[in-house]
Amino acid sequence: MGVAIETQNSEKIWIARWWNKIWNRFSDIPLLAWLCGALVAVLLEMFLGNPFARLFGMSKAPVLFGFLIALKTPALFPAALIYVITIYLIPLFLVARLLGAAANRLVGRLMNLSFVLTAFIHLGLLYAVLQIWADFNDYRVLISKMILIAIMVTLSLNIVNGYMGEFSCSHPGFMAVGAYVASVLSVLLFVDDSPFGPPLLPIGIGPFLFPIILIIAGLVASASALLVAVPSFRTRGDYLAIISLAFMFIIKSLIENLEIFGGPRGFRGQPDWANLPTVFVWAMLCVWIINNFVRSTFGKSLNAVRDGEMAASAMTIDTSKTKMVAFLFAAFWAGVAGGLFAHVLRYVNPAVFGIQKLAEVLAMVYFGGLNSVVGSIVGAVSFNLLSEMLRPMEIYKWIIIPVMLILVMIYRPTGLIAFTELDFKKLLQPKSKTEQEEV
Amino acid sequence: MALLEVRKMTHYFGGLRAVYDYNLEIEPGQILGLIGPNGAGKTTIFNLITGIYSPTEGSVLLDGQNLVGLQPFQIAAQGLGRTFQNLRLWRHMNVIDHVKLARYSKISYGLIGAFLNTPKRIREENEIEEKAFQLLKMVGIDHLAHQVVTNLPYGAQRRVELARALATDPKILFLDEPTAGMNPEELLDMMKIIRMVHKQLGLAIFLIEHRMRVVMDLCDLIQTLVFGEVIAEGTPEQIRNNPKVIDAYLGKEVET
Repeated sequence: MGVAIETQNSEKIWIARWWNKIWNRFSDIPLLAWLCGALVAVLLEMFLGNPFARLFGMSKAPVLFGFLIALKTPALFPAALIYVITIYLIPLFLVARLLGAAANRLVGRLMNLSFVLTAFIHLGLLYAVLQIWADFNDYRVLISKMILIAIMVTLSLNIVNGYMGEFSCSHPGFMAVGAYVASVLSVLLFVDDSPFGPPLLPIGIGPFLFPIILIIAGLVASASALLVAVPSFRTRGDYLAIISLAFMFIIKSLIENLEIFGGPRGFRGQPDWANLPTVFVWAMLCVWIINNFVRSTFGKSLNAVRDGEMAASAMTIDTSKTKMVAFLFAAFWAGVAGGLFAHVLRYVNPAVFGIQKLAEVLAMVYFGGLNSVVGSIVGAVSFNLLSEMLRPMEIYKWIIIPVMLILVMIYRPTGLIAFTELDFKKLLQPKSKTEQEEV
Repeated sequence: MALLEVRKMTHYFGGLRAVYDYNLEIEPGQILGLIGPNGAGKTTIFNLITGIYSPTEGSVLLDGQNLVGLQPFQIAAQGLGRTFQNLRLWRHMNVIDHVKLARYSKISYGLIGAFLNTPKRIREENEIEEKAFQLLKMVGIDHLAHQVVTNLPYGAQRRVELARALATDPKILFLDEPTAGMNPEELLDMMKIIRMVHKQLGLAIFLIEHRMRVVMDLCDLIQTLVFGEVIAEGTPEQIRNNPKVIDAYLGKEVET
């Protein structure tokens, strides 16, 4: 029987087998080794990037994996490709392969010692990779921060739209609330020469109170979410979508008409506290907490409410409390992300938090995958990178990205990586070869 | 005093009288069956007692505690577990999570535990998981624990519902047509399981069923409901020979 199938679609099987063969060569490499490989690659770029790029006729090393250069001057496409392969891919795979076995043993021993320590080593490496890659120029720093913030927003919206199965449109509104609360607080308390007069607290302690400011911003966003949640959670269906959309516009026009916060001109002068490490720590904290939440029985009750509210309440689940908590929790993280967003740009404008932002966030959630932390991260990173990479295409960018979205919706209606659970222990643990290889 | 006591329960859907002057007493450990033609109001009675609808008149007492006006989840937490006529499983979730979720009201780690993965939460989640596995073993589907429910055969899905209802630690179990749509083999298995659960946990069971064989076999007492009113109540033997019941089910003989 096996032979018959093989002849029927031998071509397909051949490709699948070929792909499996390649993948199997790398399937026993733990995350630690991949991070080491990435670290070597970015170090290589730091020291050799520019001279290497000049060798191939480029004025400097490509900023975003050669995409920008290839799109601006197609003649340089081969050079960019060679650059990406030699600087990024070869070191990454080579080092990962070479260190694979040793890293497996090391991770095994570390995990026995303490999982927390192992996790922090991985996080440290990840941060080092990001920092070295981003340090190359300011543009990369900005992109990195924006991607990290996008991850937070996407994750928090996924709680409502994915895990809870309601359709909320108010996330830009929550971000706006968070952004303005954080900005006003930090300017009011710690900035000399502001519309509010002299600072109320000594400027020196500002950076240390920044986390508290962000938490307050999140809490205020949460409180504002009550305005949406109380009227709309009495029933299911489209009500939340409509009320939350209205909320977003109300917040936007409210801020536009508050002259004390700059009105439609925006609000500037936020202190420069949201550097890369700060944003990184907040993003990782957000991923960790949200992942904890959705994996707990408490968080899973959201899925129960989504897939059958009557059964959920018959199984002792307090459905309205569950929905409320999740919605406020999501709004909290959107508020924190908004606060960080304002401090990264050091300028906020109410026009930013409009329908386009909403479309972006929704696209990231649905592109990446509903009901999945990994999906949200993948969605946020890929969508943002894509949108930056395609920048030279100008207006055509807004044709290509929607077309890709449509394709994803056709072939994977719930998104790229939907309905998965992220287990940090499984992610970090030593890997062994898959069974196919052994056969 | 009876474990569950329903007195003079009446319910109207608008002008339609769905249930009229319904009385019920279930003692601990008793199995009581509710039969009746389609549309007689059997599931409505279930929904009235479990709080999905609120009765227009009448009282429902569980262990002397009034249940009327409570939310369904509060009633469930008081010790009233149920299954549904048409399966109501959560389609993206695996089997073990179904059973774990029914322990929702017993969780004490709160939001802090949910957010921060505290040792208390890890301990409690492990306890819940252990308990869930025990129940799955009891109904014989522990080997399917990590399957998504939509991939399971029908009989197994019914068992998931039963295990889930048992996980709420019920004093009394409401089964709404537990053998609906089953083949003879699955039917026998289900009856065995219901009997075993009844024996091992000492539960009272209130059962809606269409198949006479199941009702006659399992129940100590049977009520017959027609158009929202109980027309006969008694042991299986009495019900079998009651002319009113025969009329309701088979129709009257034409007088010649």
